[in-house]
Formats: sequence, structure tokens, C-alpha cells
Amino acid sequence: MSVTSVAKDLEALTMTVTAEYDVSVDRAWQLWADPRQLERWWGPPTFPATFERHELEPDGVVTYYMTGPEGEVHRGWWKVLEVEPPRRLVVQDGFGDEPSNAAAGMPSVTMRVTLADRVDGGVVMTMLTAFPSLEAMEQMLQMGMEQGLTLAMGQIDRILAA
Amino acid sequence: MDRVFHALADATRRDIVRRVLDGEHSISDLARHYPMSMTAVQKHVGVLEGAGLVVKRRQGREQRVVGRVEALRRAEALLAEYERLWRERFDRMGDVLMTEMEGNGR
Repeated sequence: MSVTSVAKDLEALTMTVTAEYDVSVDRAWQLWADPRQLERWWGPPTFPATFERHELEPDGVVTYYMTGPEGEVHRGWWKVLEVEPPRRLVVQDGFGDEPSNAAAGMPSVTMRVTLADRVDGGVVMTMLTAFPSLEAMEQMLQMGMEQGLTLAMGQIDRILAA
Repeated sequence: MDRVFHALADATRRDIVRRVLDGEHSISDLARHYPMSMTAVQKHVGVLEGAGLVVKRRQGREQRVVGRVEALRRAEALLAEYERLWRERFDRMGDVLMTEMEGNGR
């Protein structure tokens, strides 16, 4: 298991997931910086992602689509807000063709990825998702869930303990 | 759902929900557990009720509060799904890194 912790903050509308790998920060950065590597993990096996534009620079745009088992296509994009290779990437992540269509009532979230050295030479990758509003949060969750994921009922205790 | 998340974003309200899911409680029972007035507890219950997480019913002169399991399950499930999405992504990242280390990758 790669993930070492998950923290949900219902008040701040954020979720922070932390994972650790036995590779260098530079190597782990390639998972984001190389679109061919991104494609190997962004989408689930049943909804593989294909990245088209991939501009990891301030104001850069990344576009991708995910193809479902019936050939259906879901498009998504990132707008790059901050990038400091190989340690920090902040993007706006949304659904649709491109960022300019974001105003059309389509929700988006802010994703902040940070990579830090672990004492023994591995890497700690932290991903924080910030939802702009409760409404957008629900919309994003529901739209994301349509992309090849089924709703699994979990344990009530977990949210109550949050 | 918007109201559900708002309702659950408060520690006292989450605690009230936890208690009433275990069994029906009167407002005065609940109020004993928190350092606040009965009115304040009543307000919290009102927010939970508005979000559909609890229902109130009158029994004689007392108001009893009951938890609604289904509504909670839905809110929890949405967040759990998002968590799962990222757990799976991080696992796949691990696979990409591992495949390469074993030398049969890209």
C-alpha cells in the first residue's frame, strides 16, 4: 500500500492524501511531468486516460480524455497555477474541453501536489484537493464517480470520526 | 447533500448524530453531554433535521431525536469514493515505479 494517511476536513472542504515511495523526488516528479507516465495511473484500467496538451508551466493547460468500456469519452483539463519542478504543482482540475469552458457551470477543484525527501532517501507525496464549495464538492464527486467508478457504501463511523 | 456536509462540519453535530444513531434520545438527554444551553443543542438538532440527517418526534411532552442512517450513508459514501479514487491512483503510481525498477517497464 502506497498511501500512508488520508485526512478529510469537512469544514475547510479539503482532502489530503499522503503516500510514500522508495524512489527519488526527481523520479516521482516524472509521474506528473511525463504525460505517458501520467496515462498509466490517472484513469482506472477500465477508463484509461489519454493526455493531449501537457504544458507544465505557469498558466499552462493540460487536457486529457478518458475512454470508457463502451467507447464513451469524458474530457477533463488542468490549468496550471503554480509549478516548481520537482517539488510542487498546483492546478485547477475540471471537467469539459478546456479551462475556458469552466465558466459554464462546470465545477472544478484545486489540486496541490508536493514532493518531499524522506529521511531514508524515499519520497513523500502529498496531494491536497480543495473544493470551492459544498455544492461543487458534491457535483465533482458525482461526476467523477461516473468515470468508471461504482459507489461503494462504506462505514458510517469513518465520517463521524472525521 | 450540500446541507448534509454543512451539518456534519461541526463536531457537536457529528457527536449528536453518533448518539442518535445508537438509539433515540430526548433533547434534554442530549443537552447533558455538551457545555451549552438546551436552546443551543436544539439549534444543532434543527440544522441536522434540515439536512435530513435526523428526525424529531414528539412523545408526550418530550421531543425525541432519531438518526436517519440512509442520509448519512450517502454523504459518507461520496467522500469515501473520492478517497478511494486517490488511493487507487497512488497505488497505480506505485505500480509504475515498481515495474520500472524490475526492469520490464518502459
